[in-house]
Amino acid sequence: MPTVHTRKRPEFRNIHISQIAGYRLPLAGLVSILHRVSGALMFFLLPFTLWMLDTSLRSEQSYAQLAQFLGLWPVKLLLLVLFWALAHHLAAGVRHLVMDAFQTVSKEQGRKLAVATFAVSLLATAAFAAHLFVGA
Amino acid sequence: MSSTNYGAHRLVVGAHYGFRDWLAQRVTAVVLAVYTLVLLGYFIWPGPLNYARWQALYAAQWMKLLSFVAVIALTYHVWVGVRDIWMDYIKSVSLRLSLQVLTIVWLVACAGWAVQVLWRT
Repeated sequence: MPTVHTRKRPEFRNIHISQIAGYRLPLAGLVSILHRVSGALMFFLLPFTLWMLDTSLRSEQSYAQLAQFLGLWPVKLLLLVLFWALAHHLAAGVRHLVMDAFQTVSKEQGRKLAVATFAVSLLATAAFAAHLFVGA
Repeated sequence: MSSTNYGAHRLVVGAHYGFRDWLAQRVTAVVLAVYTLVLLGYFIWPGPLNYARWQALYAAQWMKLLSFVAVIALTYHVWVGVRDIWMDYIKSVSLRLSLQVLTIVWLVACAGWAVQVLWRT
């Protein structure tokens, strides 16, 4: 006998785009949504990455031309965005593996791991920015 | 859980549903993390960054094979992640299916491009 549902069950949907601004995410939630954003960003920039690999390995001249192109400041900015996406995605991914391996899934542990994730990805991005724009 | 798992009683939902993708996402992630660290090692290693060294790195057979494994891992990893995004946000079945098919075609094409670059070097 199939069960007859008389009461309408609540439906939980994703946050709608119009709700994003007013939605106060915990730090772990911010790491999580940025994990997705950074992944999507790298997916859309995949042709650029492959083009860089292709051009850098084609010949000595095309390597030099690419190096010159990557030295332009708008391109440097794009490289910085790409670097941040990789750093955040990698750190947030390691965070997932840590949570899986050590079952660190409590509220406090979630916050600590989120702080650690941001510390790693933002410090790495800052170091890369210094290398790009200051030449350190 | 019913002991009969076929026909009308077939279990179509459950905790293990999607386990393969969950595991594949993690295994491919480890491969990609290792590849990223190898490249990072190249970039921060003392010495000049020039075409000769860069070309020599990719001319080595171990690097070609490691890169090839990374490309295959990337293709699968991106498929799992991007499919999740389409499933979460695209409610129209026809549009979602189209985007999923396009994603696969695009990723396979990119893998082909990467292989071409690797074995041309």
